[in-house]
Amino acid sequence: MNALGEIGKYSSLLYQALRSSTEFSTYRKSFFNEMVKIGYDSVPIIMLTGFFTGSVMTIQSAYQLDSAFIPLSTIGAIVSESILIELAAVISSLVLAGKVGARLATELGTMRVTEQIDALESMGFNSISFLVVPRVFAGVLMFPVLYIVASITGVGGGVLAGMVSGAVPASDFLAGARMYFAPYTLIFGFVKMFVFGFIITSISCYQGYYASGGAEGVGNSTTSATVLSCMMVLLADFVLAALLL
Amino acid sequence: MIEINNLTKSFGDLLIWEDVNFQIDDGETIAIIGRSGCGKSVLLKHINALLSPDSGSVIIDGNNIYDMDYVSQRKLRQKFGILFQGSALFDSINTFENIAFPLRFFSDQSEEEIRGNVMDALKMVNLESAHDKETSELSGGMRKRVGLARAIILKPKYIMYDEPTSGLDPQTSNEINELIIRMADSLDVTSIVVTHDMHSVLNIADKVAFLDEQKLSWHGTVDDLIKSEQDSLKSFVTASEYQINSTR
Repeated sequence: MNALGEIGKYSSLLYQALRSSTEFSTYRKSFFNEMVKIGYDSVPIIMLTGFFTGSVMTIQSAYQLDSAFIPLSTIGAIVSESILIELAAVISSLVLAGKVGARLATELGTMRVTEQIDALESMGFNSISFLVVPRVFAGVLMFPVLYIVASITGVGGGVLAGMVSGAVPASDFLAGARMYFAPYTLIFGFVKMFVFGFIITSISCYQGYYASGGAEGVGNSTTSATVLSCMMVLLADFVLAALLL
Repeated sequence: MIEINNLTKSFGDLLIWEDVNFQIDDGETIAIIGRSGCGKSVLLKHINALLSPDSGSVIIDGNNIYDMDYVSQRKLRQKFGILFQGSALFDSINTFENIAFPLRFFSDQSEEEIRGNVMDALKMVNLESAHDKETSELSGGMRKRVGLARAIILKPKYIMYDEPTSGLDPQTSNEINELIIRMADSLDVTSIVVTHDMHSVLNIADKVAFLDEQKLSWHGTVDDLIKSEQDSLKSFVTASEYQINSTR
């Protein structure tokens, strides 16, 4: 019953956010700030995540496919396809659930318990339009951009790891990557990141917006935001794979 | 004028108060007093519909705020300035920007006019020199004054104060009390002050509403309060006097 209540409250927040999304002048500045914080500020950690995912996958694939009957280009095909279709989106999103989700929940939660949200409302602002809408919109827009970053650094990491370890020459890796590349993989990755961006930012904003009970309450809302976001990303990943592949 | 009619509020099974009725006339200063946890701040947040009651109405200048749609409620809220208990300053922007914040969104003023109005508001609360300070650099008393400057920047008709002197030393408390009186006189506003500080009440209020045992237990002028023989009110006032005397 409690879970149903939470779903209802979350849906109501989304409905109010959607209704107030036309008040662009209220959240314009905040929207651009959030694009920088969610997108630009996350580039280093996403590059690092992508790079090491690609590197490790290449070395492990080379170890497992160490056979005279399997061409080396297969490693490039497996690694690049895995990165584009799954890992760049999912691993990046799990990292972003921690980085972005935790920040959003803490920020809004602190504003709630220190009455800053009440102050906004009392001045005549629509606090949902002012706080939730720009964060969700910025997330939905910037997550696909981060997917591109993760994909490039992931494949790049794979090429570099193959070269440095001597497992796969760059030419073989890239030949394999090109051979099995399907543009739909990229579209699928973008769709995933669009959905994951929405899930992470909306759940985190919801948890923060309705935080209560001081520092402990903010801590709980941050934990819930991160855990729920990760769970929902994994669930959505499964649903999207089942529906779109 | 604000009329509070048969207001009842519960959080789940917990009844906060029921059938609260009183009226706040234009230009007067009313203090809402009562023990900690009796629902004074909750009542304050019902007056401008930051919270909704289980039943009852709040009529502001002839309009029931709970019958309005959200857009109209937001417009009506601009008639109110609120000084929150913890000041509720936005910590991502500095003092000047905190005060200028409502002006930037709800007025057509030029940057120069905004600057002039913000400095005037800071002057009213004797804090002109703090305009460029970060909110984290402000003391408790300064935060209250910045909060008050922000509350008056849209020239409200009503100012609500939520525990304006809590957590402050006696000297700073007196300064805040003087500011409340000055605001009421110079801006010709109606003031609603939530407090359990009887020293403040006696200094600033024209009328008093006493919340006790989940209802409005007593309502009247400050003169009547001093003469009142009602047990719970007397006990509350006596406890406050004892506290004041014991600190001397």
